[in-house]
Amino acid sequence: MSTLSSQHLLEIEDLSVENIDHILSTAHSLMEINMRTIKKLPTLRGRTVVNLFLEPSTRTRTSFEIAAKRLSADTINISGSTSATVKGESLVDTAQTLDALGCDIAIIRHRFAGAAHTLTQNMRASVINGGDGCHQHPTQALLDLFTMREHFGRLKGLHVGIVGDIAHSRVAGSLLPALRLMGATSTVVAPPTLLPARVDLLGATVSYDLDALLPKLDVLYMLRIQQERQARAPLPSLREYTMLFGVGRRRLGLLSPHAIIMHPGPVNRGVELSSAALATAKNLRLDQVSAGVAVRMALMYLMVGGEKKNAAA
Amino acid sequence: MLLLKGARCIDPRVGLDAITDILIRDGSIAAVGADLPVGDDGLGTDRPLIRDLSGRVILPGLMDMHVHLREPGQEYKEDIASAARAAAQGGFVAVLAMPNTQPVTDSASRVAFVLDKARYVGVTRVHVAGALSRDLAGESLAEIGDMYKAGAVAFTDDGRGLQDCGLMRLAMDYVHQFACPVLSHCELESLVGSGVVHEGIVSTRLGLAGWPAAGEEIQIARDIALAELSGCALHIQHITTAVGLKLVREAKERGLPVSCEVTAHHLFLNENDLNATYDTNLKMNPPLRTTADNQALQEALIEGLIDVVASDHAPHAAHEKALEFERAPFGCTGLETTLSLLLTELVGLEKMSYQRLVECLAHAPRRILGLEEVGIVAGSPADLTVIDPGVRWQVEAENWQSKSANNAFIGQQLQGRASDVYVRGIPSMIEGTVCDV
Repeated sequence: MSTLSSQHLLEIEDLSVENIDHILSTAHSLMEINMRTIKKLPTLRGRTVVNLFLEPSTRTRTSFEIAAKRLSADTINISGSTSATVKGESLVDTAQTLDALGCDIAIIRHRFAGAAHTLTQNMRASVINGGDGCHQHPTQALLDLFTMREHFGRLKGLHVGIVGDIAHSRVAGSLLPALRLMGATSTVVAPPTLLPARVDLLGATVSYDLDALLPKLDVLYMLRIQQERQARAPLPSLREYTMLFGVGRRRLGLLSPHAIIMHPGPVNRGVELSSAALATAKNLRLDQVSAGVAVRMALMYLMVGGEKKNAAA
Repeated sequence: MLLLKGARCIDPRVGLDAITDILIRDGSIAAVGADLPVGDDGLGTDRPLIRDLSGRVILPGLMDMHVHLREPGQEYKEDIASAARAAAQGGFVAVLAMPNTQPVTDSASRVAFVLDKARYVGVTRVHVAGALSRDLAGESLAEIGDMYKAGAVAFTDDGRGLQDCGLMRLAMDYVHQFACPVLSHCELESLVGSGVVHEGIVSTRLGLAGWPAAGEEIQIARDIALAELSGCALHIQHITTAVGLKLVREAKERGLPVSCEVTAHHLFLNENDLNATYDTNLKMNPPLRTTADNQALQEALIEGLIDVVASDHAPHAAHEKALEFERAPFGCTGLETTLSLLLTELVGLEKMSYQRLVECLAHAPRRILGLEEVGIVAGSPADLTVIDPGVRWQVEAENWQSKSANNAFIGQQLQGRASDVYVRGIPSMIEGTVCDV
């Protein structure tokens, strides 16, 4: 039984402040496991975790798989190219089939928003949204919060600037409400063509002037820009994007000394971040990756492996 | 002969609103009035069947001028027979079929197919709108004249906006000679793109591509300008925004031949009804807009700026609506709920009169389409809708006459619905039960 307020994690809004604190504190103690030679806990022994990744993903899928294995769960990976969806099976039928096979946690990555919700309607398992279309990616937000909290010792009062394609970013879709919930301040920086219609609803203010914002930030959070060339692209060129919104040596100098740089990956080296901005000690993107395993372990542990006495309370 | 006794009969066109009787003979209304002389004709063969309809309301037969019958080609969603029964259940005597069938209703033989099949099915009068452009491709004119000769009463590329402004002008110029209206689904594809919900609160919250109001309003403005240029009557389908209404108002004030319709879902639902459950029954084209638009649409309907309420009945199979929101088809069913929604939300709350209801569901559609008028008056075809204003019912997920259940109002409590429907004096529904022919 879950010790969290919701059986599933589809949106960051499914979690309370207390839930998030609980997950981050649990992750903090689990970080120690990840330093050991034998990185294994028996918590999810006998449980089955399905990674249903119907859209390409290396980082998130691997992170979930490692997290589940370190908790001794049996893990199954299903990817877009190996699943029956390529044979025309609907998500409803895939979910019902997985349910019949029997699994305890299902993690889904899908190119369409709301896919994780569809799973909850067709499976008994706890469902974790591993990224649905341009909607949300709540575990990314949790690992980002964890990274910030480990570094600063707090979340309340931090000023986070998120730069890049906000409109199509499920990372921002979860991180912005999460920051608001935890008492941090957010500013988004992007050309208007890469902003959602009502960014105010996500709890962020908008700036088009990165240089003016940089000195005020505790966290500079950079997003990837879609490289794909397309008719009616929202940008004239990547060159111009980098000029206006990319961070290199000059803009690094504008950051306050205590500020950190984060990025959910994968990075387009030389576009949003130069090699210098990737090499600096301020850049915590690899800490984020490590945090991802601990946070996902904590989440799964609290979802299905939590202490029984807590569940009864 | 049939005598309908004791109901409140309302027909604003003849100034009728009274408890009175209607005598029907040979498919037409023979007389309207109290204490009609209906006795023995002297030969003992002409005694009327008498139905006591005390407590009911009788209106001129209602018409839904925006319906997708899905036949030919998508009979798994709906067919002419099931749509005809759904229409009767919902209180309609007549429907206008949209041409986006498979194959597209873009030639005389395809118009004739739908009309012939509907005649064979009976139950409900079916009128046909032909396609404006061949195969709805928006590239060249369909054989509009031939379709007109075969019985098509209006022309439209409904389901899509006609993108090419020059072709739209040609189409309206051409249709003008037949004195038929062009029905316009207003959607500028280069602006709407892959939009699936209103661009604003809901697109931001749910991470879905936005379908901006301007994508509709720009085409409304364009088509009004083309109505002026061509002189062709223009009917704006499923209008959804306050700005669109301003454009229509201005056009009407200038005396242009412009009318418009609204659906029940755009009147009573908005983007806030969409939430993280991603209910695909609320995926509409155009999309559900804002609460302010709901308010503007209701006011415009009550005032008469909006001429018609139509359902845009768009049945889809369960497996199609069970897809991911972005992949699921647009549209919801409406034949069986539109009248009850208007009765519940507007007439029952005394925001709108029965007179306005008759105008927007009976007289205006026929006037716009140039069809024979029906009324509660001697000589009119006996097309009548009987309403039981007291009945309370809940919109259920199943038990529809339609083959599809993708209704946007499932679970809602409604008050008032059609109990009986007469088409040419023959009942298509009696006491809530659709009549098998």
